[in-house]
Amino acid sequence: MPDVYIYDAVRTPRGKGRKDGALHGTTALDLATQVLGAIRDRNDLDTAMIDDVVMGCVAPLGEQGSDIARIAVLNAGYAESVAGLQVSRFCASGLEACNIAAAKIKAGEAEMAIGGGVESMSRVAMGSDGGAWYADPHPAFRTYYAPQGIGADLIGNLFGFDRTDVDSYAVQSQQRAARAWSEGRFAKSVVPVKDGLGLTLLDRDEHMRPDASLQSLAALKPAFADMGDKWFDPIILQRYPEVDRIDHIHHAGNSSGIVDGAAAVLFATRETGEAMGLTPRARVKGMASIGSEPSIMLTGPELVTRKLLDRLGMSVGDIDLYELNEAFASVVLRMMQALDIDPDRMNVNGGAIAMGHPLGATGAMILGTVLDELERSDRETALITLCVGAGMGTATVIERV
Amino acid sequence: MTDFTLERGDDGIATIRFDAAGRTMNTLTTRGWDDLAAIVETVREDDAIRGAIIVSGKANAFCAGADLDEMLDAAGYTPASAEEQRSIVDRMGKANRVARALETCGKPIVAAIAGHALGGGLELALACHHRIVADDPRIKLGLPEASIGLLPGGGGTQRLLRLLGMARALPLLLEGRTLKPAEALSLGIIDAVVAKGEEVVAARAWIAAGGSPQARWDRRDFVLPGGTPYSADGNPVFIQSAAIAARRSQGNYPAIGNIAHALYEGAQVPIDRALQIETRYFVATLQSPQAKAMIRTLFHSHPALAKAEDRPVAPPPASYRVIGVLGAGMMGAGIAFVSAEAGLDVILIDTSREAAERGKAYARSVLDRRVAKGIIAQEAADAIVARIRPSDDYGDLAPCDLVVETVFEDREVKGEATRRAAAAVREGVLFASNTSTLPITGLAEAAPDPHRYIGMHFHSPVDRMELVEIVLGKETDETALAHALDYVKAIRKTAIVVRDSPFFYTSRTFDTYIREGMEMLVDGYAPTLIDAAGKLAGMPRGPLELTDDVAIDLVDRIAGQRRLSLGAAAERRRSDDVIDLLIREGRYGRKNGRGFYDYAADGTKRLWPGLAEAWPVTTPHSTPELVDTLKRRFLYRQAVEAARCLSEGVLTDPRHADVGAVLGWSFPRWTGGPISLIDQVGAARFSAECDVLADTCGPRFLVPDALRAMAATGRSYYGEARIDQVAA
Repeated sequence: MPDVYIYDAVRTPRGKGRKDGALHGTTALDLATQVLGAIRDRNDLDTAMIDDVVMGCVAPLGEQGSDIARIAVLNAGYAESVAGLQVSRFCASGLEACNIAAAKIKAGEAEMAIGGGVESMSRVAMGSDGGAWYADPHPAFRTYYAPQGIGADLIGNLFGFDRTDVDSYAVQSQQRAARAWSEGRFAKSVVPVKDGLGLTLLDRDEHMRPDASLQSLAALKPAFADMGDKWFDPIILQRYPEVDRIDHIHHAGNSSGIVDGAAAVLFATRETGEAMGLTPRARVKGMASIGSEPSIMLTGPELVTRKLLDRLGMSVGDIDLYELNEAFASVVLRMMQALDIDPDRMNVNGGAIAMGHPLGATGAMILGTVLDELERSDRETALITLCVGAGMGTATVIERV
Repeated sequence: MTDFTLERGDDGIATIRFDAAGRTMNTLTTRGWDDLAAIVETVREDDAIRGAIIVSGKANAFCAGADLDEMLDAAGYTPASAEEQRSIVDRMGKANRVARALETCGKPIVAAIAGHALGGGLELALACHHRIVADDPRIKLGLPEASIGLLPGGGGTQRLLRLLGMARALPLLLEGRTLKPAEALSLGIIDAVVAKGEEVVAARAWIAAGGSPQARWDRRDFVLPGGTPYSADGNPVFIQSAAIAARRSQGNYPAIGNIAHALYEGAQVPIDRALQIETRYFVATLQSPQAKAMIRTLFHSHPALAKAEDRPVAPPPASYRVIGVLGAGMMGAGIAFVSAEAGLDVILIDTSREAAERGKAYARSVLDRRVAKGIIAQEAADAIVARIRPSDDYGDLAPCDLVVETVFEDREVKGEATRRAAAAVREGVLFASNTSTLPITGLAEAAPDPHRYIGMHFHSPVDRMELVEIVLGKETDETALAHALDYVKAIRKTAIVVRDSPFFYTSRTFDTYIREGMEMLVDGYAPTLIDAAGKLAGMPRGPLELTDDVAIDLVDRIAGQRRLSLGAAAERRRSDDVIDLLIREGRYGRKNGRGFYDYAADGTKRLWPGLAEAWPVTTPHSTPELVDTLKRRFLYRQAVEAARCLSEGVLTDPRHADVGAVLGWSFPRWTGGPISLIDQVGAARFSAECDVLADTCGPRFLVPDALRAMAATGRSYYGEARIDQVAA
């Protein structure tokens, strides 16, 4: 099977996922179209050479519905011959889209493919796609369903993280993101979003609060205490009866932000890349997804990392940089604790707590972020992973070439 | 026609009279549905009929529901083939088909309700186009199926959903709560409440005024109130509803889950398809072992014991006017109160007038709360309190028909009180001792006539606990038993009958629950996990917190008496070490704010850190498999003890074991009681699982020989063919 190489990665800056967000007037299709256009234009791609475009999108309805990947391909003016596929692996959709693109190349189905994702959370609300898991009592009973913030809070109880721990992590995320922006560490990948007149709407992540402090975060009310108390705590505690009561420690300031954004990553075989005059930046070393206990939901990153490192014959110390989506602070703290990961190798440029988590796009965004950082800091290997709804985890290991 | 008859009216409005032949109460049977099906056909076809009113021919109720036994016989088993199951579904769908035919017959149908409409009775009314109920707060309306492990299978889930929306229908269905007419009207379950006797007139008027023969869910513009599962409004409601049902069921009650399933799935399709879905879940529920066990214990055994149906027939009934209560402490005050509440005069004796007055004041305080809540009128409350006569003079007991002794749990003290009372009362008066620990046979020696001496173990608080454990001493005769049962029935409580033996039945078996919790503590399980597992099994409280509630020194005293009564046979248990440590540390439970938990003034509790020092937690985290094992230990340990009580002759009737457990210490209702649990699991599998537990946990799990024999021959306590296994 051929090796798969990464040639480029682009992302939009992330706009606040609200009515007053900079990207609220921009359609999801437009966001997807602009990243596809950017990756074509800066690499001078002959799009007829691209076999498939795979895009993550978690709420595929309304303007994000009916295979937005194919429609974005057409809207971006790609060759008609380029296929498009929309996928959902909940929060890891963007990374899974990249893994699928890479796997198609590895399997010989494609020579060149794009993975990426899009989510306009300000325009298509999270959860508006419904889903049997939550409302149909069959799966809800079987899995002790509780909204994932409650699982995140429970991780704090089970593994010993309190409010100060998660808030401290959140402050660090903000500080790291602010430093990364001020030092231009994201410059290689971020492409400004423009309006129909070609005027820039947003060129910088809009959600950040670099001045966040332990004091300012302490004022925020726990986000999941009320719904937990009313409905869901007793359910998840049926699965974790050793916990007396859940300390609700997460809030808007230490959880991933709701934002709009899109991303695209270009994959190809070495031969195809060479034929098109492109220089490979990294090799995809391995990919994996797992399922695990669904009610706590968010402990998959540890397990998928173990699975993938085992398969690659690697150990935790062999990875120079870890990029774990900051869905909730406790998720990152738990993975570092479980695998004994040095905090200086984890999310070194901040993450979704500071910059936001456009559900379908994030996985592709953080793949690009960590690739940039490998190059900037001249390191070799990175592992990208995300916690995923219903207890899944997805991961990818890349190494520079 | 035997159950329903059709009477034509001059005005074209017919009357459909429900008057089940040969029954005192209207219950819906296959026969009745056949009758109704034929009548519906006539109403539909006959142009001279322009509408109809359904009334009851019984004074006591419109209809109390469907005939459960008929349904269990017809469908309450696991069919041998898919074909047989299809035929069961077809038969069980009959009610829905006939009611639906009524609803779509094209002519307005009104239910004129002058008495209770429960279960199938209310479901029939819901299939009418208009419901009018007499203004009588005694009338109960509701779908109580869930409380006996069933779901409404006559359209109740779907029509209530369509009338009220998910948010309001679900709790009514899950709780099985019954409503008074005014409440049902404000919820929108019924359409009008009219003066008693005016229901039919009002029904006629509604039809004459052009009442619509179309249910609102048959209109094109119908929308489900509050929204469907995937509408913007409905989605959060249905997500929350799944959690509400999961919390209530904890995986123990198939009926709860199936109600939620029927509502979720039924909300997304038209009513005809929804009714088919309901029928499927109804059959699944009826075929669950939990439903059968709950129906047996809660619907059959409990009312039978409440009516004292197995009272010895020979002795003539005793009627009580005046009873004497010795001791005005918590139990005596409670017994005095419930007796007075039942219309008896009570002489309440204590060592001082003040103490006796305090006992009377208890009745006043309970009633004051009820008056404040509007449950009872002030005059009625005053009349009850006035019936209690406090005194410190045993001579005042002269007019008593019965003496209930409730003094301190000490043989000498009880003997002295009994002798003093005996000197005052007339010959032949029945003496009852409220004891939970002392052998009745020994206490009877102080009585003037040991044949007329009996144990009456009330449970605390007496005004809320329905169970009385009647204890037969060696000499207690049949008449004494009959008369004791007459008294218990008179005060509207329910008796089980046990033979004299250490700690009788309820205390003995309950004790195994809390002790199993302490065993787990010594095993190294996290205390929080232990208490939570007890509750997940369906017990109302965890064993450790419950021990704190009961009081640790009381458990210790019982253990001391056990050692006295068993002598050398009383082996030391690991749980005794736990109790000993707590006592040494001055930790008596909730009553002094220190037990397994430390209790703060604000009502919160925290585990006592010393517990972990004495018994370090070696298993802090759970798995579903571990939780299942802990649940099984709790339930099986109690069931083994109940089985021993039966095989030792402490109890002679499994119904008494089951009803006593459910009423006495809230043994999980889903099991139908500890003996029903063994039948549910099957004697063979139960014994085998207990053998495994005996190997891993200790011989306390060994089942009695009688149960082993039952396992070998495939028999069960209730003498039925073995019902399906359930994961307990």
